[in-house]
Order: sequence, then C-alpha cells, then structure tokens
Amino acid sequence: MKAILTLDNLASGLVTTIWTPVFIAIFLAIIAYAFWPRNKAAFDQAARLPLREE
Amino acid sequence: MVSGDVFFQRDSAMHQPSLSKSMTTGESGLALVFAVTAFLCVIASAKALDAPFAFHAALSAAASLTAVFCIINRYFDRPAELPPAEINGRPNYNMGPIKFSSFMAMFWGIAGFLVGLIIASQLAWPALNFDLPWTSFGRLRPLHTSAVIFAFGGNVLIATSFYVVQKTCRVRLAGDLAPWFVVVGYNFFILIAGTGYLLGVTQSKEYAEPEWYADIWLTIVWVTYLLVFLGTIIKRKEPHIFVANWFYLAFIVTIAVLHLGNNPALPVSVFGSKSYVAWGGIQDAMFQWWYGHNAVGFFLTAGFLAIMYYFIPKRAERPIYSYRLSIIHFWALIFLYIWAGPHHLHYTALPDWTQTLGMTFSIMLWMPSWGGMINGLMTLSGAWDKLRTDPVLRMLVVSVAFYGMSTFEGPMMSIKVVNSLSHYTDWTIGHVHSGALGWVGFVSFGALYCLVPWAWNRKGLYSLKLVNWHFWIATLGIVLYISAMWVSGILQGLMWRAYTSLGFLEYSFIETVEAMHPFYIIRAAGGGLFLIGALIMAFNLWMTVRVGEQEIQIPVALQPAE
Repeated sequence: MKAILTLDNLASGLVTTIWTPVFIAIFLAIIAYAFWPRNKAAFDQAARLPLREE
Repeated sequence: MVSGDVFFQRDSAMHQPSLSKSMTTGESGLALVFAVTAFLCVIASAKALDAPFAFHAALSAAASLTAVFCIINRYFDRPAELPPAEINGRPNYNMGPIKFSSFMAMFWGIAGFLVGLIIASQLAWPALNFDLPWTSFGRLRPLHTSAVIFAFGGNVLIATSFYVVQKTCRVRLAGDLAPWFVVVGYNFFILIAGTGYLLGVTQSKEYAEPEWYADIWLTIVWVTYLLVFLGTIIKRKEPHIFVANWFYLAFIVTIAVLHLGNNPALPVSVFGSKSYVAWGGIQDAMFQWWYGHNAVGFFLTAGFLAIMYYFIPKRAERPIYSYRLSIIHFWALIFLYIWAGPHHLHYTALPDWTQTLGMTFSIMLWMPSWGGMINGLMTLSGAWDKLRTDPVLRMLVVSVAFYGMSTFEGPMMSIKVVNSLSHYTDWTIGHVHSGALGWVGFVSFGALYCLVPWAWNRKGLYSLKLVNWHFWIATLGIVLYISAMWVSGILQGLMWRAYTSLGFLEYSFIETVEAMHPFYIIRAAGGGLFLIGALIMAFNLWMTVRVGEQEIQIPVALQPAE
C-alpha cells in the first residue's frame, strides 16, 4: 500500500518523532543544571543532608 | 505475634482528658467505608462462584471489621488532640508505621527465603512436590517471588521511604490514619495475593499474578502511599528535596503506572476470581515485559538506590561522593530504563526492530548503573577503615558491589547473541539472584540493621558479632547459588544447541535435566545458608528491640499547655 501524505499522518508522524529531540534537549538541560558552577555550593550542601538532621 | 505497644509509643505526658474529644473526619469516614466494605464482602462471599473467591471475600470482610474495630479502639485510647507535628520546635517523627513495616519485612523475608529453599529442593528432588496441588512448584514459585520482591522488598521500601522522607524533609509524615492504611493495606494485599497463589488463583503474568480484585485493592493502597509521600514533601521544612526522595518518588509513581498499564482485565463475573486480560498475543507479551523489566528498574533498582543514597552516607558519616553525579544518575536511569523491556522477548514474534531497541537501551544502561555504583562506593572515601569494624556498613557496600556486578551482567545478557545462549537457562536465574540476594537483599539487611535501632530508639544493635556471622554465611550462600547457576545455565545452553555431525540434536531434553542435578543441590545449599543468615538477623533485631539499651535523648520538655 502506498503511503499518502495527509495533514493527519504528517501530524502523527511529527508527534511520534518529536520526542527524541525533546528528550535529548531535556536531558542536556539537566546535565547543564548539574554542572552549572553557581549550583555547586548548593549541591555540596545537599550531599551532607543526611548528616545534619535532627 | 508482637503486642501492640511495640509499634505504638503511648505518650502519657500528652494525655489531656479535660479537652472535649471528637472523631476526626478521617476516622469516622474510614470506619464507615470499612463498615460498608465488610457488608459488601459478606454478600460477595455468599454469592461467590468459586471457593477461593468466597475465601478471599470472607477474609476481606473479617479484615474490614477488624479495621473498624481498630479505628474506634484507637479513638477511645488516644488523647483528645492528635500527636503534634512538632515538640519544642523539633519535628515529632511518626515511627509507628515504620516499625510495623520493618517487622513485616523481616517476617515476609524469612517466609519468602524459606519457600525459595523449598522450591529449590523440589527441583533437586521432585518428590518434595508431594503430588498435591497446593505444594506444587507451579504454585509455590510465584509465592516465593512475590514474597521476596513485593512482601520483603516492598515493606523495606515503605519503611525506609517513610523514614527518609521525614528525616530529610524535617517534618512529620503527612496524614494520621493514611500511613497506617498504607502499611496494613499493603500487607493485606500480600496476604490475598499469596493465599491466592496457593489456591490456584492467578492471571499467569510473571510478577503480576494477583487477580483483578487484588489489583484494585493494591491501586487504592498505592495511590494513598503516593499521597502520603507527596504530602510530606509538600510540607517540608528543608527547601531542597534530597536525591533519595527523588528515587523513592520515581519508584512510587512508576509502579503505579506499570500496575495500571499491565493489569487491565475483564472479570468473568464480579463474584468470581477469574479474569481475562484486555489484549492478547504479542501486545500482551510486550506490555507484560514493559511491566516486568520496569518492575526490576523502578522497584528493585530505583527504590533501593534511594536506600543507598541515604543509608550509606549516614552509616559511613560521609557526604555523598558527588551530588552532581547523583542527579545525572537519576535522570539517565529514568530516561533509559523504560525502554529496556523487549530484551525479555528476543527471538520471539516481537518485531525485530523492537528487540534491537530493547537491547540497545539495555546496553546504554551500563552508564547510569555504573555511575551510581561508583557514587555509592566512593562515598566511602575517607572512611574505608570502617569496613573493617562495621559489618553493617560492609553489608551495604558489598550490596553496591553486587549491584555493579549484576548491572554489568544484565546488559551483556541482553545482547542478542549472548541471549541466544543464556535465555530460558539457569544463567538467567543466577543473574537474577546475584541482583536479588546480593544487591536488594544485602542493601535491605543493611538498611534494617540501621533502621531498627533508630526507629525503636536504641543505642545500637544487640550484637555486631551476629551481623558479622550473618554477613559471611549469607555471602557464602550467594556465591554458592550464583556460581552453581552460571555453570548449570551455560552447560544447559550449550547442550541444547549441540548438534551431531549428521545434524541431529545431540542431547535429549531429559539428559540436560540430569546434567543440572548436582548444581540444583548446590543452589539449594546456597539458599539454605542465606535463610540461616536471615534467621540470625531476625534474632538480632528482636533482641535489639527487646533488651537493647535506650538511646539517651535530649529530655523532651512538657508542652506549653501543661
């Protein structure tokens, strides 16, 4: 069967494909957040969190 | 059985009989709901189409009535005011449900290991099936897997998550009856599921065997669990949400999604135990292993990694090696695990590209798994000497080593050519148990050894020497178990694929079974040692609670009202 390009399957194709770049972008943003120099102090504090509870 | 006061610490200083007392909406509402449930269950029991359903309905009716009694009894026993969220500016942590879950974890752990030993012995000596339906391997096997994963592991996760979320948020657990509903309701689910297996009630999906009514009950309990956990995080005093809470939350949310995704089924009758799944064929297989592998990823991995990220720093008295790595570890694990399921269906009717996708994502999982392992182990830097003196810490650290080992082995086995040798053989069983006994088992034991003295307010464990004995006996048991299964599995796989020069299969199936016999005996011996270790542990924890020295606390001053 020949695939016919309609607005409908273009849209569904786009929706199913778009997740890959979206997920990659989100993941890269998370890595940037983790390595952002300004966050270092807060993360060093958080790493000690179990040790300074009451 | 333990008497009630082991779990409830009644604080007589807070008793103020002069205040007028009334039931909370939760108390009256829940008592009413259980009363109605009891009534409906009696009807269901009377109209039941099969005996196991009648039994389960009657059990539910009895449990509902007990719940009504307990709620009303607690109301009469308690002071007019509910326990305060803070005493003298310090959080008044809720330890009751944690104690209950810890106790049940130890109970189900021993039950589950014992059933494991029985079925291992059945494989070595089939006469032990006793030719009875209730004791046959087919019914005891899901009893073993559910008891160790969901009953033992589940109770450990609930107990530790309720503890960690309170401590790292510096706030009392959300809800009054809700945490009790979660811990007792979850264990009632286990009871229904386990007795169902023995009576032949199953929907025949691996690790999702409970039938439709048990599934509905678990959904209610699990949503409550999520609400209690989220409610505690929302009212936190600590601005940052600690990484362990992220892992716990991922575990709770994902298990809810998996449970709902894999279990849509249509009961034959609302008065019968049998149901049929909503979809069949390869769709069902794919859904089942999407569920099955993510149960490994989010129940047996994410949940227990939360334990690693809290209990190892706490016990070693060292900060997490790299908090940055823990963030990347978390998100990489979340993004990758969900795709790995198809590796359970290599060389089946599942489309080839899906199999390759599953394999590729499984291999990529090497990175977050080893990143997490390195983060756990390196937390010990500056405190390695403690491994020599503290057997509890040693147990936790060895569990992380087993995590690294089994998460190396798993991706390797997901490679299609390796899988063509390993699949359907004992190698899989060996792999699963290096993860289950070594990683999940040891990290749970380590966590319980920490948690019991903390929750019961004891100075320390009854005996560190006994922990040492437990450690070495259980380690020896694991080594016997997994090495026997490796040899047996590879032997089995090679015998299955051996051809003669004329192109015939070289071995009949029964010859491969015969070849495995000695390894089955070694495996049962290993399981027996693991069980002995757990019995030593249960004795040690029991003595810790019974005769352990009370931790000297900063005296809690009287409340302002007095």
